Amino acid sequence: MESPVPVPVPPNLDLSEAYRASNVGAVLDKLDRELVGLEPVKTRIRQIAHLLLIDKLRTSVGLATEPPPLHMSFTGRPGTGKTTVAMRMAEVLHRLGYIRKGHLVVATRDDLVGQYIGHTAPKTREVLKRAMGGVLFVDEAYYLYKPENERDYGGEAIEILLQVMENQREDLVVIFAGYKDRMDTFFASNPGLSSRVANHIDFPDYSDEELLAIAQLMLAQLNYEFTPEARAAFEEYIERRKQQPHFANARSVRNAIDRARLRQATRLFERGGTVTPAELKALEESDFRQSRVFTETAAE
Amino acid sequence: MRITQGTFSFLPDLTDEQIAAQVQYALDNDWPISIEFTDDPHPRNAYWEMYGLPMFDLKDAAAVMDDVRRAVAEHPNEYVKVNAYDARRGRQTTALSFIVGRPPIEPGFRLERTTDKDRQIKYTIHPYAADKPHGERYK
Repeated sequence: MESPVPVPVPPNLDLSEAYRASNVGAVLDKLDRELVGLEPVKTRIRQIAHLLLIDKLRTSVGLATEPPPLHMSFTGRPGTGKTTVAMRMAEVLHRLGYIRKGHLVVATRDDLVGQYIGHTAPKTREVLKRAMGGVLFVDEAYYLYKPENERDYGGEAIEILLQVMENQREDLVVIFAGYKDRMDTFFASNPGLSSRVANHIDFPDYSDEELLAIAQLMLAQLNYEFTPEARAAFEEYIERRKQQPHFANARSVRNAIDRARLRQATRLFERGGTVTPAELKALEESDFRQSRVFTETAAE
Repeated sequence: MRITQGTFSFLPDLTDEQIAAQVQYALDNDWPISIEFTDDPHPRNAYWEMYGLPMFDLKDAAAVMDDVRRAVAEHPNEYVKVNAYDARRGRQTTALSFIVGRPPIEPGFRLERTTDKDRQIKYTIHPYAADKPHGERYK
């Protein structure tokens, strides 16, 4: 008689140990520190990171898991941090071992779609090759699909993308990004695509306070400071700028700061004489008040 | 007669995983990869034909392996090799080059003797495959 072979009981797994070992916490903390606001986005990224970690542990004890679907879609208005978050996401996936290299390749329609027959496939393949082992970020993805022009080659690019997304899931992750409403129509008209994109993350607009916090963060990184009056002026600037067309959230803030730096430099130069380190650091009220945003409304 | 040219040529043929590992090593060193093929096995034949363009800016071997498999499949009766080029100043040369595909039957080389002046003998080798015109060899 054969005695029954004892089945080895897998040891208990230390979750916090696995979390530490993956180093993913550092990336998530960095995400928290460097990005203002975006709470729903951060929560989703955390959830995804946790799922991926648990999946890893399940695989390690032999619980069969399908590789989790990783392709994503980031929707939101310009300047809400989609590219930055995509970069962090690539890092998270790399730390957890779902992609081998962890780099981000940004592509738009121009990089993927060719201009004549037979031009599109090699072009798209080229970009995909560069993205292998990392994340391919397709910005303004809806431009790929132009239903009004039946001879457009965008469909071909989508088809190749789909093929690779399906067959080489362990080689690369694709993130589609763009405005929410247009992405929705894009996915609706490409059902094959939407069924392969599992994670839809929507990026909310920043509030005024968040934009101010972003400005402070940017200034701190550049070693500049608001004077108290400048701070008030900047708050007003944000309010007014928001009413104008082409407001691009954090990007507009960055541009405003860059222009204020220009004006500060000119101001110091025109004054001449000696400057103190504190003066070099300070952005004053007039650096912002000269902006087109203030002058144009005043002229009306 | 098995042709031995390039790196690893005295080892058994590399498996796909081994090729991928070598390619990854090259990419990690910032050496762009190119694929070439030929049906002229003479060791002094430096002019192999390019399979596609050299591949720049790649990070991961998976991108190259696609092309390697396709090149070997499309040229079953020819030699296919993978080159890695080191563009750094001071080197600027092929850093790694190895054969990844070869014809099923390799007839080898014949030794030719020619009489030179004063009855000196000069030796040269001639691939049997090269007796047939280009494109009809190894069939």
